Amino acid sequence: MSDLLLSIRDLHVAYGKVQAVNGVSIDVPRGEIVTVIGANGAGKTTLLNAAMGILPARGAITFEGANILRRPVEDRVGSGMTLVPERRELFATMPVEDNLMLGGFLVSASERNEQIEQVYTRFPRLKERRRQLAGTLSGGERQMLAMGRALMAKPRLLMLDEPSLGLAPLIVADIFSIIRDLRSAGVSILLVEQNARAALRLADHAYVMELGEITMSGKASDLAADPKIVETYLGIAAH
Amino acid sequence: MDSTILLFLVQDGVTNGALYGLLGVATVLVFAVTRIIFVPQGEFVTYGALTLALLDTGRVPGTVWLLLGFGLVAFVIELWMSRHELDARRIGKEALAKIVLPCLIVAATFWLAPMKLPPWANLLLALAIVAPMGPYLYTIAFRPVAEASVLTLFIVAIGVHLSMQGLGLLFFGAEGLRATPLSSTSLPVGPLVITGQTLSIYALTLVSMAALTFFFNKPLFGKALRATAINRLGARLVGIRTSLSGSIAFVLAAIIGALTGALTAPMTTIYYDTGFIIGLKGFIAAIIGSLASYPLTVVAALVVGIAEAFASFFASQFKEVIVFTLIIPVLIWLSLSSHHVEEEE
Amino acid sequence: MSDATMKQKSGLSRRSMFFIVLTAILFAIPLIPGVPVYWITLLDNIGLAALVAIGLILLTGVGGMTSFGQATFCGFAAYTTAVLCAYHGFSPWISLFVAVAVTLVAAVILGIITVPLSGHYLPLGTLAWGIAIFYLFSKLDFLGRNDGITPVPPISIAGYQFFDSRSIFYVIWIFVIIAVLTTTNLLDSRTGRAIRALRGASGAAESFGVDTTRTKLVVFVYAAMLAAISGWLYAHVQRAVNPTPFGVGASIEYLFMAVAGGTGHPAAAIFGAAFVTLLKEILTRLLPFLFGGQAHYEEVVFGIVLVLILQKSRLGLWPLVEKLLPQPADPFIDRKAEALPVRTRPEPGSKILDLDTVRKQFQGLVAVNDVSFSIKAGEIVGLIGPNGAGKSTTFNLVTGTLPLTSGKIEFRGEPIHGLSPRQIAQRGIGRTFQHVKVLADMSVLDNVALGAHLRGSAGVASASLRLDRAEEARILAEAARQIERVGLGEHMHKQAGSLALGQLRILEIARALCLDPTLLLLDEPAAGLRHFEKQQLSELLRQLRSEGMTVLLVEHDMGFVMNLTDHIVVLDFGTKIAEGSPAVVSKHPAVIQAYLGADA
Repeated sequence: MSDLLLSIRDLHVAYGKVQAVNGVSIDVPRGEIVTVIGANGAGKTTLLNAAMGILPARGAITFEGANILRRPVEDRVGSGMTLVPERRELFATMPVEDNLMLGGFLVSASERNEQIEQVYTRFPRLKERRRQLAGTLSGGERQMLAMGRALMAKPRLLMLDEPSLGLAPLIVADIFSIIRDLRSAGVSILLVEQNARAALRLADHAYVMELGEITMSGKASDLAADPKIVETYLGIAAH
Repeated sequence: MDSTILLFLVQDGVTNGALYGLLGVATVLVFAVTRIIFVPQGEFVTYGALTLALLDTGRVPGTVWLLLGFGLVAFVIELWMSRHELDARRIGKEALAKIVLPCLIVAATFWLAPMKLPPWANLLLALAIVAPMGPYLYTIAFRPVAEASVLTLFIVAIGVHLSMQGLGLLFFGAEGLRATPLSSTSLPVGPLVITGQTLSIYALTLVSMAALTFFFNKPLFGKALRATAINRLGARLVGIRTSLSGSIAFVLAAIIGALTGALTAPMTTIYYDTGFIIGLKGFIAAIIGSLASYPLTVVAALVVGIAEAFASFFASQFKEVIVFTLIIPVLIWLSLSSHHVEEEE
Repeated sequence: MSDATMKQKSGLSRRSMFFIVLTAILFAIPLIPGVPVYWITLLDNIGLAALVAIGLILLTGVGGMTSFGQATFCGFAAYTTAVLCAYHGFSPWISLFVAVAVTLVAAVILGIITVPLSGHYLPLGTLAWGIAIFYLFSKLDFLGRNDGITPVPPISIAGYQFFDSRSIFYVIWIFVIIAVLTTTNLLDSRTGRAIRALRGASGAAESFGVDTTRTKLVVFVYAAMLAAISGWLYAHVQRAVNPTPFGVGASIEYLFMAVAGGTGHPAAAIFGAAFVTLLKEILTRLLPFLFGGQAHYEEVVFGIVLVLILQKSRLGLWPLVEKLLPQPADPFIDRKAEALPVRTRPEPGSKILDLDTVRKQFQGLVAVNDVSFSIKAGEIVGLIGPNGAGKSTTFNLVTGTLPLTSGKIEFRGEPIHGLSPRQIAQRGIGRTFQHVKVLADMSVLDNVALGAHLRGSAGVASASLRLDRAEEARILAEAARQIERVGLGEHMHKQAGSLALGQLRILEIARALCLDPTLLLLDEPAAGLRHFEKQQLSELLRQLRSEGMTVLLVEHDMGFVMNLTDHIVVLDFGTKIAEGSPAVVSKHPAVIQAYLGADA
């Protein structure tokens, strides 16, 4: 068996008559960070939602060699993949700790207790705020909680949708360094980002998505140097 | 007015209040998991009571056909809703839960009803007939709009109430029925007589209140059910089966409703719309409990029950007017306090 | 555009013609020999229900307030006229005014209680008083308790008594047509835009000077008035009143009509009323015939149909019908309309906004810690800082969304702290929102025209009677001017929901400009925009500055702020840590430490 953790082949997703994702194929090798960059409305979020099973899709999705295309979201979580959605989707009226514990809903009680200690070590801020309601956290803390909650399920693949959205540069730097640490800890990552510069700096491999299709792919460092990418996504203000 | 009348009024109020409390608690439970303001809670009371009363007479209640029909429709809708995730195993599981199970219950009813079983056995049978209707109803009416606003769900619930009340009339007729009491023991306390029947209502109310409070606040599974209402997508993303959460809430609500009906049926004549009227009072209690607190709901239900008892003594004409006016200040208060939470968001 | 303009000028649009023909056909039906009385009676019932449903659609479909109490208002009027005419010998036409007045008083009282309720508490509130008042009707001796009052005399004009269905048909439907016309006029006006903003953008409406609580009350009372007329007619058509038609069951039926009709058009209400009335008629006649036994099958089917409509077509059935009709013409914009009055502009370079030791505490937490800064007229000022630094809170203090704990805010020399968003808007501060607040199903033109709310004064009465046209033309011309100013001219008549996020942010700026502001506050205007959209936005803001506008913006995007602003204020943990030109701020060690981090 290859070391491909997630493999998506010829994926089509439609909202009514609008084709949002059109024949997309991407691979996430085990132990790597793969990023999909592209403008607003390119279909990146739709791609992640289909991979997670939130949206029905046509094509093939294999995770660790098993076809999961027709599995419901809950099964996909159980089999080792989690998604941190763009809108975080926290349990706003529950305390931080309950949010985390529920993240470990499908793992055993002992694993859950073990895992929450790890999350608290990785995000000390969450431990300080464990009794606070999730809805009262700041934007950066919410993103941390969303990631922490996803990690509670002990995923082998973590999918992140715009983790830097609405966050100040210093916090973005924090979040990205945590993503890097997660890879060293053996979690593979599929990252969707509008902040192309930061994403390309972080990732091993990258795809560019435009109007529902993959238009370029390659080593992240190569793409970061590609003049077309620099012009379209990195902007002239690169510093 | 002397102290004996006072005591009678209080006892009457507490007994009714306990019934309202049971239904109120079920309303809170459904709202906490699904965000549905479940108006038809009272219909489960009617169905439970009349099913039991018919079983007592040795007849097969019409609700068995309703059960079968609900199961069948729910089966079809379930398959349609999950058409992107279907496989043979899933279809088999759904068929078992929504077709085979009701068929077995219907068969059992046809076999057992003519035997005129003792009251407690009939009670169990009545529960078996009514309880699965809860989750079927959830699948049919609410799952397709599970993401909708509280308001839309509320109007759907009203539609469900209209249909269920109409079906009640269809299957039970306009005649009222009464059931045999579970126990004939009674306990004189001063001038009052407390029957085994009322004691079991008190006990059931207290146990439901305590059990639900514990269940939704302590074990992770209970929290998972609440999480479903707070953020449905978030719940799915951590692996909670949200349709299962809804079904669990509805089966509990149906059981509580049917039990309430079964316990009331021996004390008073039940008509096809009696459940709704009792349910409405439970509903008031649940709103006063801000659709969130079980103990507060029970306390509110007792207040409603006692207020009603006294109102019917002093101003029997205006009993309903008083009870329904009671909740308006509560709504204003709740609305003002919830507004601040929205602003903080 | 010019095509639509021509059509407007040359007379009626095809859509209006369609409705006129439809009305003519309807009015001819009773004259056709051989039409059974039963049909006419059905049409009478549809008309009576439609009156209530028109009000309810305005209340629920447009204003977003779901009411389970409309039958109650019918009841107030029906009982009033029954008591006056049956017991005291009043003429029905005199009692019409008394009945409407009684309902008005009841609606104002109930409205004051109900309208402030938020979310699902509002329908629950209407349900509570709806049930309570129903029991009151059925228990009061002077209202005849459960038996009601009978006989009530028929309506008469000059001795002619409207006894039969055929003659009363015209009375009912003339009222319905009047209700449709006034309601359509009302929706297409300054107040109409405010009403439409209640659902989904009431925060934005407040910031443009709409008193949303008052507007809600106006809609509530308006709907009750229509219900009152229906109730008055009902009493004289049935020639009797009893509590049943004024209970919650009836209210639910009216709501069913509104749900089945859906959307904000009065025609949808007539459609909904016809749909429900006919469905009920068919069910009560057909089902017992098919299955035998007693009635009440209709309840079962009613419930199922209601659930199905909500599951399959949450906007009701009218949009499906409307697709088949001629499209309405684009509104006519009179370029020659007199311009709206403008405020005096501040002297360029003079102090326009001044924050003096402004402080905001939430319980123990200090969100804004004694911050002071000021803005000069003609500048673009950026307010930046890391997440949770207090930028948004500061913004909300200036706009009046949050009250200050201590400190002073002065705008053009006048203190504005402690004022409401509405009062602040009146003084000439226009704003946009971090999360775009526009009405997706309203045109760009109408969305922008909402910004000019404070520059007009027409109310419900003048709008209903079309006395507001001169003012309305000036408002629309102003809105069109601002839309073209920001470069959205080609999208003027599109639904706002069809625009991309970048265009919506620019739409919000046009709306704010419509207020005739001297200071523009922008809350994260570049968030979520693509690179070239950000460039367009910068361009627009520079253009506005050159035209003399002053801008304060809260932003995350460093590149955007650095290239655009004249002056930057940096917050961290609620405290101002630096201030100055972009060049100065970007080299400030505290800023680099707190905000930019090592990554910059």
